Formats: sequence, structure tokens, C-alpha cells
Amino acid sequence: MHMADALVSPAVAGAMYAASTAAAAYSVKRVKHEDDIKKIPLMGVMGAFVFTAQMINFTIPGTGSSGHLCGGVMATALLGPYAGFLTMIGVLLIQCLLFADGGLLALGCNVWNMAFYGCFVGYYLIWRPMTRRRLSGGRILAGSLIASMLTLQLGAFSVAVETLLSGVTKLPFSAFVAVMQPIHLAIGFVEGAITAAVLLFVYQARPELLDDKGKSGRQNRFSYKRTIAVLGVFAVITGAGLSLAASSYPDGLEWSIQQVAKAEEIEAEGGGVYAAAEGIQSATSLLPDYAFPESENRMGTSCSGIVGAVFVLALCVGVCYAIRFWGKKRIK
Amino acid sequence: MSKIEGAVRELHRVDSIAGADRWIHRIYPSVKLILTVFYIAFVVSYGKYQLPRLILMGVYPIVIFILGDLSFFDALRRLRFILPFVCAAGIFNPLFDRKILFYAGEIGITGGMVSMAALLIKGVYSVLASYLLIATTPVEKICFSLRKMHVPAVFVTQLLLTYRYISVLLEEAQRMAQAYALRSPGQKGVHFKVWGSFAGQLLLRSADRASRVYDSMLMRGYQGEFSCAAVSKCRQRDIGYLLVWLAAFVALRIG
Repeated sequence: MHMADALVSPAVAGAMYAASTAAAAYSVKRVKHEDDIKKIPLMGVMGAFVFTAQMINFTIPGTGSSGHLCGGVMATALLGPYAGFLTMIGVLLIQCLLFADGGLLALGCNVWNMAFYGCFVGYYLIWRPMTRRRLSGGRILAGSLIASMLTLQLGAFSVAVETLLSGVTKLPFSAFVAVMQPIHLAIGFVEGAITAAVLLFVYQARPELLDDKGKSGRQNRFSYKRTIAVLGVFAVITGAGLSLAASSYPDGLEWSIQQVAKAEEIEAEGGGVYAAAEGIQSATSLLPDYAFPESENRMGTSCSGIVGAVFVLALCVGVCYAIRFWGKKRIK
Repeated sequence: MSKIEGAVRELHRVDSIAGADRWIHRIYPSVKLILTVFYIAFVVSYGKYQLPRLILMGVYPIVIFILGDLSFFDALRRLRFILPFVCAAGIFNPLFDRKILFYAGEIGITGGMVSMAALLIKGVYSVLASYLLIATTPVEKICFSLRKMHVPAVFVTQLLLTYRYISVLLEEAQRMAQAYALRSPGQKGVHFKVWGSFAGQLLLRSADRASRVYDSMLMRGYQGEFSCAAVSKCRQRDIGYLLVWLAAFVALRIG
């Protein structure tokens, strides 16, 4: 479910960065408020554990294939929602930088889709209500399964919405959702089963690791109602705000230039030197204004533009190799 | 379990490449981080039919790869995670957008083909830019830059610890997986009956390790934040490097 940079527009990436940063800032505040410096090394090592556990192939019975862990719900069950969320951001950042799994610009989207839902929605809507009063094997199993399936469904839906708002694919939204949701229902079930298996093992071996992490610090700052309220506000912002970003108006840079220049293209005024220079350029250029000479149609513009761009890159490669060659020769 | 081995190898390879001492490695880490984010933002900001201008944005990775003496093949291998998803999103563009934009010889090139090509190029360029960052800047220095940008110490410290312990835990998981595979020949992955105990054992070992790490950190004077190791100061030429590239991106975008 990791989104690549190519799949998000700057507006959507920026909005999701803002939303994820806000959640991260609040989480940092809460972790600081807990004032437990022992938690930071635990978060670091647990982050490494989640990362490692994602690499393990778990055989799915009867299918011949294997599943993997995402780890959001597990990190939250072990560390609490705030520390779990920060830990998952660290894991996603390292995956993005070291393994190119997800993009740097799309990190805000990935954090929201894979960490926010698992750590906050899954925890406050499912895990905590089910395990707060009494912890048992059945509750751990049900909590893990429902939380994982719900959060992966939300994450997959968010991927479809973010891709739609970015306008990068012609695939209809309904078709995209129809593909994403059932696949992630199955993935969510496997994720929930693995999470439940691990947490049940921990429950039997070290039950103290599964103490209610929401008890520390101030109580109920993010209760069931607050979670619903935050999600509602975010849905409104997404629907109303981001749809504006997906409009047909020029992008920020083009708009700024238009505002400054008061024209779509800056035309040179007067004749003289400008006219002479333009004459020389027209006579010598291979691809004037990205078009083959004497060509007025779109074919000329597009085709020659691509050829010209590739030519420039090839020239760039040649110049760079020449600089490197002379540099090494000089060192010798 | 080759995935774990692959991850361990990749970590060591990136560590060794990032630890080299070439001119590109000596550029101030925050400058490279900011430049990477801006580059990717510029690349994805191109319209779906602006293929020629988008291709020109390849100047940045090309120049840095060649002058920085970095391997293109190492970077291209990293595309295996991203390209399938990008292709899946873009593969429908030629089916739904059939308006012919221009002809290449006898073949009509549709808007869908152009937009899919643009999507793939955006994916490739952004992965190359991320690789340029991580191949020329050790993770410790990226954490240092984040701290300089006032990212909270809680987050930066846990990020640094996660990175440091990933290779340790991966090697531990690799040993466990190897032992498991030797006892269950011909089996692909971990059997569902031992899902819990396999990953759970690793988890409990990790928790114990975290406790030992904390004790040893306390003994070395840890008080909630790591002090940043000595990193060279930001020089005028680092700022110049940033400004030149940003000017080039703007020129390519609006030129």
C-alpha cells in the first residue's frame, strides 16, 4: 500500500504532510508528557522489530502463498497509540529512504494511510474498547482481526481518494475502489491473524507488555467520540479543501507567474536587438519552440519536444563524463 | 527468507556507499535533504502531457550520478518496489484516454500513452533523487539535519535507534529463519501454527534488548537526547549549490 511520489500531486502531498505532521506533533507532545525516557529506546528497538517482522514470510494455509505484517496495530498494542504512531513514522521513513518502498514526497500520505489509521482509529475504535476492561485470548483475537481489517480498509480507500485527487490515473474512482477494497480485506485478515498470533504469544509469555497504554498521562484526551469527531472534520476538509486543489485552475507557480507578468507568456517588446536575436535563433535552431521547422501541428510540438529533451540529456551525459574524465586525469 | 538476506545486504551496501568521501558526500546534509524534497515536488508538479519538459528534469540525477561517481544500476534496482504500483495506476491511461496527440511515423500516440510515460518517468526520477540522498548522506547525518530543522528530539532519537537496530534484528531474524528452514525442509515461509511463537520470540528478545540498550545508554550519560556528532558547518558553497539547483529547477519548470 506504499504510495510512490509519482502517484501524488504536490497539493495532495502537502495536505497529507500537514495532516500527518499535526498528528505527529500531538503524539510527540503526549510522549513528552508521559516523561518516560525509557520509552524512547523501547520505541527505537520496537521500530526495528516491526521492520524486521515485515520481512518474514508467513505461509497462508491452503493457498500456497505467504503474507506479511504491516505492524501498525501491533506497535500500538505494545507501545500505545502515540509512541506507536511515532515508531511507525520512523519505520516508514527508513523504508522510503533505504529501500525506496514509498516516496519521500508521498510520506505524508503513507503515514496517514498506514500509521494513523492503525495507531489511532484501530486503537481507539476497536482495540481499546475491546481490551480495556478485561484482557483475554478471545478479545485479543477479535480486536486484532477487526482493527487490522478496518484500518487496512480505511488505508486502501485513502489511497484511492488521494490518487483520484492527484489526477494521475484515468482509471475511474469506482473501479479503483472496487479493486483496492476486496484485496485489502484479504490482506487485512492475514495481517489481523498474524498480529493476533503474536499478541497471544506475548499475552501468555509476558502479559505485562500488553497493559493498557492509554492509561498513562491524562485520561481520555482522545476518546471514542473525539476520534469520530477528528475523522469527521478530516473528511470535510478532504472533500471540500482538496477538491479545490484538483480544479482546472493553473498551479501555484503558473498562477504566480501569470499574476506577476499579467500574461500567459512574456513577449519581448520592440524590435532592434530582440528582433535580430530572434532571427538568428530561428535560422539556426534545430527545434524552434519545441517544433520541427515549418511544422504547425501538435505532432511537431510534442514529438520534437521529446526528441529535443532526450538530446539535451544525452548532451548532459557527455559533458558530465568529460568533466569526470578530465578531473580524474588532473588528480593523477 | 531471502528477503531478509537481501535487506541486510542492501543496508550494508547503502551504509558503505554513503560513507564514502567524495565532493557530493561533503555537501551539507540539510542542503541535500531540502534539495531532494524540492526536486521531487517539482517533478511531480508537471502536467500529465508535459513530457518533454519532464524529461529535461533528468539533468539533476544525471549530473550527480556521473560527477558523484555513483552507480546507476544500484539505483535502478530500487525501482522494483515502486514501478509495479505506478504501472498498475498508469496502465489504464492508454485504455481510457485515446485522443491522438501526435503521430510518430505511422503510429498515433494517444494522450494516455503520453500520460503513462510521464507517470513512469516521475516514478523513476523521484526514486533516483531519493537514492541520491541516501547514497551520499548517512542516516546519522539525515537525523542531524532533521534535528537542525527543529524536528523533536523524541522522534529523531527513536528514528536513529530504529535504524541502528534494524541490521541487528534482521541478522537475528535471519538466524532464526535459517534454523527454522533447516528443521522444516521444503516449506515456504513460517507455518501458521508457529506464527505467534516465531515472531513473538523475536519480539520478546527485542524487548529485552531494548531494556539492555536503555541501561547501557544511562551508563553513558543519556538524558533523553543524543548529542549530534560533529558535522561540518554549512558553507557558502553549500548554499550556492542549493541555489543553483533550485534556479535550474525553476528555469526548467517555467522555461
